[in-house]
Amino acid sequence: MLLLIDHLTRYRYDVPVRGVVQSHRLTPSLHDGQEVIDWQIEVSGGVMGGSFRDGAGDVVQGWSVKGPVREIEVRVRGRVATNDTAGVLRGHRESVAVEAYLRETQLTELAGGLATLARLAEGAENRLAACHLLSSAVSEAVAYTPGATQMHTTAAEALEEGEGVCQDHAHILCAVARANGVPARYVSGYLLAEGAAHQAAHAWAELFVPGLGWVGFDPANECCPDARYVRLGSGLDAREAAPIRGSARSTGAETLDVTVAVLATQQ
Amino acid sequence: MTHFNEMFESDQVRSPYAGLQAWMNGMPAALRVQKQAEAEALFRRIGITFAVYGEGGDPDRLIPFDMFPRVFTHSEWGKLERGIKQRAKALNAFLTDVYGRGEIIRAGRIPANLVYQNEAYERAVAGFVPPKGVYSHIVGIDIVRTGPTDFFVLEDNCRTPSGVSYMLESREMMMRMFPDLFRENRIAPVDGYHEALRRTLMSVAPQKCQGDPTVVILTPGHFNSAYYEHSFLADLMGVELVEGADLFVDGEYVYMRTTEGPKRVDVIYRRIDDAFLDPLCFRPDSMLGVPGLMDVYRSGGVSICSAPGAGVADDKAVYTYVPEMIRFYLGEEPILQNVPTWKCAGTDDLKYVLENLPELVVKEVHGSGGYGMLVGPKSTKDEIETFRHKILKDPSNYIAQPTLSLSTTPTFVEEGVAPRHVDLRPYCLVGERIELVPGGLTRVALREGSLVVNSSQGGGVKDTWVLAE
Repeated sequence: MLLLIDHLTRYRYDVPVRGVVQSHRLTPSLHDGQEVIDWQIEVSGGVMGGSFRDGAGDVVQGWSVKGPVREIEVRVRGRVATNDTAGVLRGHRESVAVEAYLRETQLTELAGGLATLARLAEGAENRLAACHLLSSAVSEAVAYTPGATQMHTTAAEALEEGEGVCQDHAHILCAVARANGVPARYVSGYLLAEGAAHQAAHAWAELFVPGLGWVGFDPANECCPDARYVRLGSGLDAREAAPIRGSARSTGAETLDVTVAVLATQQ
Repeated sequence: MTHFNEMFESDQVRSPYAGLQAWMNGMPAALRVQKQAEAEALFRRIGITFAVYGEGGDPDRLIPFDMFPRVFTHSEWGKLERGIKQRAKALNAFLTDVYGRGEIIRAGRIPANLVYQNEAYERAVAGFVPPKGVYSHIVGIDIVRTGPTDFFVLEDNCRTPSGVSYMLESREMMMRMFPDLFRENRIAPVDGYHEALRRTLMSVAPQKCQGDPTVVILTPGHFNSAYYEHSFLADLMGVELVEGADLFVDGEYVYMRTTEGPKRVDVIYRRIDDAFLDPLCFRPDSMLGVPGLMDVYRSGGVSICSAPGAGVADDKAVYTYVPEMIRFYLGEEPILQNVPTWKCAGTDDLKYVLENLPELVVKEVHGSGGYGMLVGPKSTKDEIETFRHKILKDPSNYIAQPTLSLSTTPTFVEEGVAPRHVDLRPYCLVGERIELVPGGLTRVALREGSLVVNSSQGGGVKDTWVLAE
């Protein structure tokens, strides 16, 4: 499938800012399930900073913008050819030890009802079956409700709420997988979601299955990532895997506006 | 328990202290009191009143200075020096390995969870090799002595060990007050430390650095308990002392604001913790760091000393494996021994520890500064029982060691001169070369019988002499 992506992030500042520095994970991963045809990142008034591929295989690119500015636009456009690998991440070069993904973070701390939910995997036939069980359990436990949670909502809080978005699903799945000794990470990317534009900027989880390697699970859509998915980067939680992390030298408030369009085109 | 007295061996004066006996005997009480007051006034005037790293306590409290020097012979120091350098080399090899292929873990010599699930392990720098492959540029190794030739390493400090300003100021003080001592004894100088530190920092300039590297010291600010040391070292080295807000990222580099405009910075000797270095990589709420710093670092635009992630080598649970690291990476036997350590995470060890609490010292794995620890022989039954419950609640959070019979050195006290327990923290510099100035920080437990040398618990400092051949 050929996916066309147009992702615009606009930051508006009520007081002009003296400068902005950002760290991007906005370049599609290199793996067998996707191939970049063309890809372009523009930052209005921005100077490209250091760039490198980190130990997890993500392309990280720094940017800085000299102020004063009232508005910054980050625009990402490109085409990615994808194919279905049944969720298995193949041909992805990375060097971080998988055990490093057993650590919990503040957002994925095993609290509240998470331990009980995690126990559903007990008695599963094998690791892969356990991962599927957990992913379904997360889908069932938390209904997809935009606006029910915020950026800083923890996995335990979202579970308690019973409602959330893909970020919450992925956090909960990471937490319950780690509780079972399964290395887990949060993945951010894009999704071709017919008729549901708000899901185009998406997140899911990858769990480590010996023999297969990293396997994606998307509890929000009750499936494993296929040709509709474009993978950008990963981390222990949403904060680490964020496509854009930024900091503005300013005293005022910031308004954020994001639009993402993912379209399938003819080859 | 008998203790090794470093000056007197059954009423005979040991050779390293021979030059001090006449000095000690020739000092009437009145002169001693006067000199002590003089020293304190000097310390106060220069403002050296901070607590040693991580010890907490009142930051403005003066740490007592004891005028009686602690002395090593040339050959005693020779052995220590070889052992310290060996350890610093192995610790750095370990860090390069665990952020690379993790051979020591694959070989089954260290458990994976101890390293990769450690709070100090920074996934963000996995796969990145800092300049010259050095992670810990200043390794502070805490050493105790129990006999004429018996030295044990208590712990390693691979992040930003402090206290070196005490080593330098104590020497300065002694030379000012007792110049004759330095004419009569051949004492190796320590005043080359700041030059060696500067050399070390410059030798790890990043790949993209052109010309002479610009070095800065990054401090959390004047409210930090070690601020005095930060500004002291910056002065000595002739480099800028900066706070996070003085630095900014532009494009591929880090700059500092100066009156003549922005100046590119190549090497940052940071005295702030990993978590606060860069809100775009670590704690998003950090106000002490520099946004974007880690991207510049990982793309070779700046060096950070110690390297982010270095702390995984000085964890108390990892400590027990340092002898194994020396064998694994260097193919050598450790010159300095570890203190035998029981890990309460293991059931056999836990059983032993619980059965022998009155004889043991029990510490928190991540604790420091002499807090949260039990010194069995110095504790009441109640204290021991309370601690037993704490251990049972979370065994993996504790390690235990035998109560070591720390050596004593003569120390000036109210009644005159009396033996008090001491330890030693030398500062090993690792860059292109490994360097160690002959000396270190000797801490002394001023309370009679006390084995806790931490300044927050009644400890003081002494000048440390290494005699020339």
